[in-house]
Amino acid sequence: MSSLLEVQRRMAEAVMAPLTRQEGMRQRAADGRPMAKEAAAYIKPNPRLESFERLEIYNRQYWFRVLDSLAEDFPGVQAILGAPRFRELSVRYISDCPSTSFTLRNLGGKLSGWLEEHPEFLGAQPDLVRDMVRLEWAVIEAFDAAERAPLSAEQLENAENPHLALQPHVRLLELSHPVDDLLLAVRKRKSARKLPARQLVQTGRQKTYLAVHRADYSVHYKRLEAGEFHVLQEIHRASPLSEALEQAFAGSALPETEQAQKIQQWFALWMSLGWFCQV
Amino acid sequence: MPANRFNGFTEYGIGIGLRIPHYRHILEKKPVVDWFEVISENYMVDGGNPLAVLDQILEQYRVVQHGVSMYFGSVQPLNREHLQRLKTLVRRTKTPWLSDHLCWGSVDGRYTHDLLPIPYTWEAVDVTAEKIRHVQDFVEVPVVVENVSSYAEFHDSVMTEWEFLNEVVERADCGILLDVNNIYVSSMNHDFDPAVYVNSVPTERVAQIHIAGHSRYEKYILDTHDHPVIDPVWELYAQAIRRIGPTATLLEWDDKIPSFEEVHREAMKAEHFLQQVAKMPPALTAEEPVLEVAR
Ligand SMILES: [Fe+2]
Repeated sequence: MSSLLEVQRRMAEAVMAPLTRQEGMRQRAADGRPMAKEAAAYIKPNPRLESFERLEIYNRQYWFRVLDSLAEDFPGVQAILGAPRFRELSVRYISDCPSTSFTLRNLGGKLSGWLEEHPEFLGAQPDLVRDMVRLEWAVIEAFDAAERAPLSAEQLENAENPHLALQPHVRLLELSHPVDDLLLAVRKRKSARKLPARQLVQTGRQKTYLAVHRADYSVHYKRLEAGEFHVLQEIHRASPLSEALEQAFAGSALPETEQAQKIQQWFALWMSLGWFCQV
Repeated sequence: MPANRFNGFTEYGIGIGLRIPHYRHILEKKPVVDWFEVISENYMVDGGNPLAVLDQILEQYRVVQHGVSMYFGSVQPLNREHLQRLKTLVRRTKTPWLSDHLCWGSVDGRYTHDLLPIPYTWEAVDVTAEKIRHVQDFVEVPVVVENVSSYAEFHDSVMTEWEFLNEVVERADCGILLDVNNIYVSSMNHDFDPAVYVNSVPTERVAQIHIAGHSRYEKYILDTHDHPVIDPVWELYAQAIRRIGPTATLLEWDDKIPSFEEVHREAMKAEHFLQQVAKMPPALTAEEPVLEVAR
């Protein structure tokens, strides 16, 4: 063996290679080399275990760890797809997008994007799965994102040209299904089994605007009105407030006085939740 | 050595690993605990509940940081974001020392999230010692390295694990977190005498000791941290502190975590050994079997 780097590359490749159906190490590497030979090239056997079997311990541990982590982060997706399909998805996803972070917290960060390139893993209700992936990732981000000092009512009023920003823990989602209700139902159950088809079909299409945010150190989902969502989104995009408000009622039949009233109510609510901070 | 430059000259007693299922119990009941060990990576975040709980713990307890992903033995450069977040956390916890494992686990930017064994070569000694020095310089607290459990050995190795440990800590001038359960697990998996390992450790560098339970399979032992400590591991612990002196000790319990009281009770068994060592005249050495195992 020529160098430590080479051993590490070879061992990492073996450890991160998918397991067999029986959860053992595959007999052959991706390029067809026999794994028994590959393992024996750098790992010593002992009187009880072949080199292959010793390497296999690490191969199994790797997959048990990362699969558990992903299942823990996406219980809603697993409940929609069922454990076997979720597992197939997970193995392919982690093979394509292995962790590149020192923490497993970030393991699912590329799942939403990856699924766009691999729609074959989305199952019978693709948009429902897409929505759930986005919601569950937003929950992970909202859980430990930063919280800045919230803007006071005075600061909001006195700022001549308010540079508003949303708290980093607030995530805005425009979804095609009410997956917030579905996720609450999933979290209430004890088992990780697939949700009954009836319940999934009942979760019909319905435009759903959500803010996933943190209050008192736990994550909440708050339904938003369409206009409310658009104003928040424009603020998040750092558009000037006047533009953001215009956007909210574009094409709306609501009389101007009522529009103003609504805007006031929304701002009062957002302020009470401490959603604004300075840029 | 009880207090030395590798544990910030502290005299910490028996600690408990801070784990999520125990948060509520600890914050409500405020049990008497010498110190808590926290997994650094769990608190290297920007905000939210993890840091809020940590701050509450810090108001009442001493905290020591233990890392799981610095990978001193990985050949490629350290991750800058990781180092920066770690340093921020060190400032927050005021940890008197910082531990992580003598292992590798990432290559080409990909993380296995496992503690993989290092081939015991001179190249690996160089790589590992340099990384440890780098981290120690950056975070500005003593770094101590922990021996891991392993299930494989390399053809490339030219020395024993304890020789490798000795070489690395000398070159890096760092401390040791001696995990006596890991020594036991590896000794069973690789057929060596764990007492020889314990007796070869440079006592003046030991900052902390880990004890833990494991799982025995037909052909190997896995370091699972999901059981009480077994008697042979307590015996190794006794042997270690007889040589080293009363040392900050921590029980690891990371899976199938029982109640806080149960973990605490198990950890406090170490007290029995620490007291016997404290009573012993300094001349007694490891060769004299004066300690019995607590049942
Ligand atoms: Fe340990």
